[in-house]
Amino acid sequence: MNILVCISHVPDTTSKINFVENDTQFDTSGVQFIINPNDEFGLTRAIWFKEKGGAQVHVIHVGTATADPTLRKCLAIGADKAFRIDTPAIDGMSVAKELAAFITDNSYDLVIAGRESIDYNGAMVPGMLAALLDIAFVPNCIGLKVDGNNAVAEREIDGGREKLKGKLPMVIGAQKGLVEESDLKIPNMRGIMLARQKPFKVLSPKGSENITKDVIFEKPAPKAAVKLVPADDIDQLIELLHKEANVI
Amino acid sequence: MSILLFAESEKNKLKRNAAEIASYGSAMADELNKDCVAISFNADNAHELGQFGVSKVFNVNNAPQQFDAHVYASVLIYYIKSLGATHIILSSSADAKFLAPLVAANTNAAYVPNVVALPHEQHPLTVKRTTFTNKAFANTTSKAEINIIGVGNNAFGTVEHVVDCVVKNVTVELTASHLEQLSISKETGKATLADADVVVSGGRGLKGPEHWHLIEDLAKVLDAATACSKPVSDMGWRTHDEHVGQTGKPVSTNLYIAIGISGAIQHLAGVNASKVKLVINNDPEAPFFKAADYGIVGDAFEVVPVLTEKLKAFKTQS
Repeated sequence: MNILVCISHVPDTTSKINFVENDTQFDTSGVQFIINPNDEFGLTRAIWFKEKGGAQVHVIHVGTATADPTLRKCLAIGADKAFRIDTPAIDGMSVAKELAAFITDNSYDLVIAGRESIDYNGAMVPGMLAALLDIAFVPNCIGLKVDGNNAVAEREIDGGREKLKGKLPMVIGAQKGLVEESDLKIPNMRGIMLARQKPFKVLSPKGSENITKDVIFEKPAPKAAVKLVPADDIDQLIELLHKEANVI
Repeated sequence: MSILLFAESEKNKLKRNAAEIASYGSAMADELNKDCVAISFNADNAHELGQFGVSKVFNVNNAPQQFDAHVYASVLIYYIKSLGATHIILSSSADAKFLAPLVAANTNAAYVPNVVALPHEQHPLTVKRTTFTNKAFANTTSKAEINIIGVGNNAFGTVEHVVDCVVKNVTVELTASHLEQLSISKETGKATLADADVVVSGGRGLKGPEHWHLIEDLAKVLDAATACSKPVSDMGWRTHDEHVGQTGKPVSTNLYIAIGISGAIQHLAGVNASKVKLVINNDPEAPFFKAADYGIVGDAFEVVPVLTEKLKAFKTQS
């Protein structure tokens, strides 16, 4: 089985978010970048398929060379081969088109991407990719089994879960629950050394054009100070929630 | 030239979020002087969209009862083409987020999710949406001819605007699905994190899963959904689907009550979009107080049962 895992390179979850150049660019200074957590859940499941059944695991990223350390980390924790399509990622559709062209030229049984990236939160690349390739798609995936040419995938729905069956190839939108947090792998020295010898290819883009663009960023308005209510005056709290906040 | 809405339904009834989508879509249609047409699936009460400014509904009768993204997408694509729709409005539910990218890729439309307001410009279309998991906003422009706008849950609200509504029950040609549904399990009779007006959430301060009746009792009085912080789900006190935060679920509810949650930046990101936040914590230095509207510094084991009792009395009164 050949698995392709699509990787986003995102600010660490503890990052403070600031903007520069008149609020047109994300301020990367002092920010630590990581594998997008949802992608990492997917990658970990892919490596599980490799360890149990000998799957080949490739990772791919659409973006600039700043993401190379993130892709090296993917190799260090068990991916076999890394690709980077060398073009800045501006919107979901152009990224999906670049990925779709790559997948058409190669052959994969499973394509796994995170449910969404934690920076731009589009949650659109995996679905667009499936639609462009005209294959099945399961987002918010919390369970995945492969049996021959079929896959059974579970997706989280609002207030429950749904189990779906489809033919391979299939696109999966991974999230927490597909593997446990404790299953995530930390690169060890051997993995890091091995990663240096693994193939890492930089590819030219097909020139897919973006159709949307984030032009100006804003930070949320500063919050007014909290109104503290004494612990023994619950009546006052209920009064505030009812009359002032109007939420009960 | 129309504005097309995807009005979600479940068990033959419109879902609550259909009212918000109708309000957003009809407000935009009024502004642009366009028709506002809703597409619903097997909805007996589709005419109720008329309360929120929708004058025409195509209610598709021959689609699967259970949401099937690949099939539903094909219906929307058909209507986008046949009506010449320029804007498609849908919600941020799990189903809508499943559907939207499929429709976008097939119609070469731009898809802008998590939108919090009506477009502030039409040429080029510019909308404000949340990014960085609610830590910031982006103003996003589109140069596409067809634009799909995903409205953030509870971001626009419902606006009553009663108009005559014509519902046309239709059968359309369906494409085959790529997926077969094997099973679905859904808690019934309990508010879900996606559509509850109030969410009651517990953290490590509750000291163990055996104390969760405090959260559940309070939630019951308020008809609220229950949630938890990341450590609580990582330790297995509660299931993953309750985990709220950057890698869990986002919550954009009217009232978010955080009990025994210190307020790590990742957790705050997940709940930022909620309108009013009440924090109960015994540590006055807990970072969550900086992000809260109302706070009680106190022992949850003492405060919460009193709050539950008093709210019960308040609810029976009002």
